[in-house]
Amino acid sequence: MTWQLDHIILSLVIILALGAITVKDLLGAAILFGAYSFMMCLLWAIMGAVDVAFTEASVGAGVSTVFFVAAVFRTTRRTKD
Amino acid sequence: MKIAGLIVVLLCGCLLIYGTVDFPEWGDPASPASTHVSPYYIETTMEDTSVPNIVTAVLADYRGYDTMFETIVIFCAGIACIFLLRTYTHQAPETRLYRHIPTGIILRIKKGGKLPEDSTDFERVDLQWVPYDLIIKTACRVVVPFVQLFALYVIAHGHHSPGGGFQGGVILGATLILYAISHDLRTTIKRMSEKAVILLSAAGVFIYASTGALCLLFGVNYLDYSGLAAILGVDPVSARSHGILIVEIGVGVAVMAVMVSLYYNLSSVGKQDEGL
Repeated sequence: MTWQLDHIILSLVIILALGAITVKDLLGAAILFGAYSFMMCLLWAIMGAVDVAFTEASVGAGVSTVFFVAAVFRTTRRTKD
Repeated sequence: MKIAGLIVVLLCGCLLIYGTVDFPEWGDPASPASTHVSPYYIETTMEDTSVPNIVTAVLADYRGYDTMFETIVIFCAGIACIFLLRTYTHQAPETRLYRHIPTGIILRIKKGGKLPEDSTDFERVDLQWVPYDLIIKTACRVVVPFVQLFALYVIAHGHHSPGGGFQGGVILGATLILYAISHDLRTTIKRMSEKAVILLSAAGVFIYASTGALCLLFGVNYLDYSGLAAILGVDPVSARSHGILIVEIGVGVAVMAVMVSLYYNLSSVGKQDEGL
């Protein structure tokens, strides 16, 4: 059971990372990045590093997503390249 | 140029993946990381510090320097953001929007118009973010105190469960950010002013560093909390546990203040007038 879950989460991490750098909409990229952080948090929790998972969940998936959204709100939503 | 960049990135990626082949197996008891210091921590943490969560003991006691400078890095990030973004030359915006609370009508007041600043029937709303949502406001106001209580629990209970200053501080800062998003930036700044935020971020670092300096005064090494036994009135082993709690509180205060300060400056482009 665990290794199937492991593989699903690992492939989700790669898909979300690729999505976050290819998507044109920066707000979407910020949200994809938050989802990526949450998947990383699940990976840490599976590996038994609960403290790191907690930090990743609060900093990576929580506050940094808000900061990205605030920055997008104050700059532009479309990327040029 | 784009293709050349792609080739370089792919090469570096392949080299990194090739480098991971030399890593020891995950959880390998014979790997260098698990053979030198880890057994010492696992065997003696309870006798040395009476802290059940070994991660917390390593983070704040055995590796206290690392954590102190991590806190200073976060403090520097907050200061750098203030330097880059904050603008002190205050220019009043051209037009302001005011909502008449009983009717919900929004007035647009041009520059030079009479502002209903002291009226209780009007509230100022942001130019870019105007929806009035009673449900979101009320729900967030109900949630915020419970999340803050949980953040304090995370800070205080770091000895026994996952958590500690960093996580608790981030959650505590996130509640203020949630309050700012659900109401508006001015309401939050009224509750917690910019000056208070900057002072608290420095105070957190000060608590950590001065706890270490206090240990020096009692004739032990910097950040060796067993020296605090005399003023805390406990034995040296419990003193290390209490010392960890003190520095965790310092970390929590600093991280909370820096997160709030970053949000204030990012969401208002340094004007701290109209935010997200």
